[in-house]
Amino acid sequence: MQPEHLNLLYLVAAVLFIMGLKSLGHPRTAVRGNILGAVGMALAVVGTLWYQGFVHMELVAGGLIGGSIIGIVLAVRIKMTAMPQLVGLFNGFGGVASVLVAGAVLIAAVATALMGAGSAAIMSAQESVATAASGLIGAVTFLGSVIAFGKLQGFVTEKPVRYHGEQVVKILVLGGALVLSAMIVLDPSRTELYWVLVGLAAVLGVLLVMPIGGADMPIVIALLNSYSGIAAAATGFVLSNNVLIVAGSLVGASGIILTQNMCKAMNRSLANVLFGGVGAIVENKEQGDIYAGKVKSTSAEEVAMILKTASRVAFVPGYGMAVARAQTGVRLLTEAMEADDIHVEFGIHPVAGRMPGHMNVLLAEENISYDKLREMDAINPDFPSTDVVIVLGANDVVNPIARESAGSPISGMPILDVDKARTVVVIKRSLSPGFAGIANPLFAADNTLMLFGDGKKVMEELVAAYKDA
Amino acid sequence: MLDTAAFINILTIFVLAIFVGFEVITKVPPILHTPLMSGSNAISGITVIGALLALGAGGGPVTTGLATAALFFATINVVGGFVVTHRMLSKFKKRD
Repeated sequence: MQPEHLNLLYLVAAVLFIMGLKSLGHPRTAVRGNILGAVGMALAVVGTLWYQGFVHMELVAGGLIGGSIIGIVLAVRIKMTAMPQLVGLFNGFGGVASVLVAGAVLIAAVATALMGAGSAAIMSAQESVATAASGLIGAVTFLGSVIAFGKLQGFVTEKPVRYHGEQVVKILVLGGALVLSAMIVLDPSRTELYWVLVGLAAVLGVLLVMPIGGADMPIVIALLNSYSGIAAAATGFVLSNNVLIVAGSLVGASGIILTQNMCKAMNRSLANVLFGGVGAIVENKEQGDIYAGKVKSTSAEEVAMILKTASRVAFVPGYGMAVARAQTGVRLLTEAMEADDIHVEFGIHPVAGRMPGHMNVLLAEENISYDKLREMDAINPDFPSTDVVIVLGANDVVNPIARESAGSPISGMPILDVDKARTVVVIKRSLSPGFAGIANPLFAADNTLMLFGDGKKVMEELVAAYKDA
Repeated sequence: MLDTAAFINILTIFVLAIFVGFEVITKVPPILHTPLMSGSNAISGITVIGALLALGAGGGPVTTGLATAALFFATINVVGGFVVTHRMLSKFKKRD
């Protein structure tokens, strides 16, 4: 195969990626979109192998088969609740691959130059700049993703880890990494510098993700996704390879768009998420005043009776539903209510959960039809005509403070206006504040009933009580 | 001179692809955010091609070892990403 033929094949693959991404954006075509992407990837891989005359087949087969087996096992075995950390981990693998490819090319180029290419430069400026960029961005993506994975999996604290001089430390490490990058560009023969850069960038990845709290994880995962694309594009510049550049920048750009969408949903800037951060502010002082004597506790039986007389019910799930694995109970109660001709729908806040679209994935796994899952802007006007809203494991995204007063950490964040419904049932373990660390006046509102307990257990009791009522 | 011309060519491709990326993604309903992210994540595993090229270009054992490791990790990213996306999307059904 000639190089031109391979490049034509890469063009076909790039077109398939674009069509695939486009199709992934529409519910009816999403499955096809994913398959188009996979076909594009398969074409590019087979074409590359063919072009190279199937050299090093034992290593190629080892890498491809080994990686495929592990990838498939992870993808098939993972619980839907653990999806955010799996996507985070895959991001990290993409990042580390970019680091390794750029390192391999650098070492090979230095070796070739030593073998007597004479005074010719080891690498062009394009190649050396791209090598440093691959190492830097790839390593930040890798260790940043590992920390994000750890936070979501629970072996790294979900709390924001903040300290004095935090921003200074980050700037110093970033500055050091940039100086090292410049040294590599000036003298690529010093390959050891590349690995120092990679190490420093990995530290930067840790420093960037550690201060970010669990509730901001959707934004971090989307951003790291974008980085993994940019790292791949940088590797494309190392190799002057079109398909890496196209695919990498497509993912880089789409990741940025997703990141922006998430930020908008929280009414915060990306800089605020990365460097400012909520969670540091904890104001529990007024909590007693807000709740004193006003909180009404209820029982599953009482809620079941209220539901029996309702004609329109909405669920508002949050991360608590995922943690308690209460979604099965939600589905059973939905089915029971629908059998009684009650209209049931779901209000989904864009940043509910730990990953963009987290709630949708969990409810979809329960076979809940996606046309019942309504976005914030679509469902908000309907809350005043809703009889019962069941808030399950959500807190900050339904806190009326965001709407009513300035000066709180969540002021201005768009919320689900559940307090406008006739009755609000909040299922929660206790009155403890959510991620933003502030009290929620919704819990003390006249039309709110608190149903305390573990989400899963409460939902089971509620299903049983509803069937008996 | 030739180097510069080649660089401008791939820079053009890069910039245009970024614009395509922005245009393609803009209006995605939130229910598809997760599959979109994991699907695009799989595509970012395109580094498999880089790993294959680095491996095929020959070189010493260090280069070969690094390229093979890169191939392994990128393959996990690609295969795992597409499979998990497919699995997720197969759950999104509209029941009538």
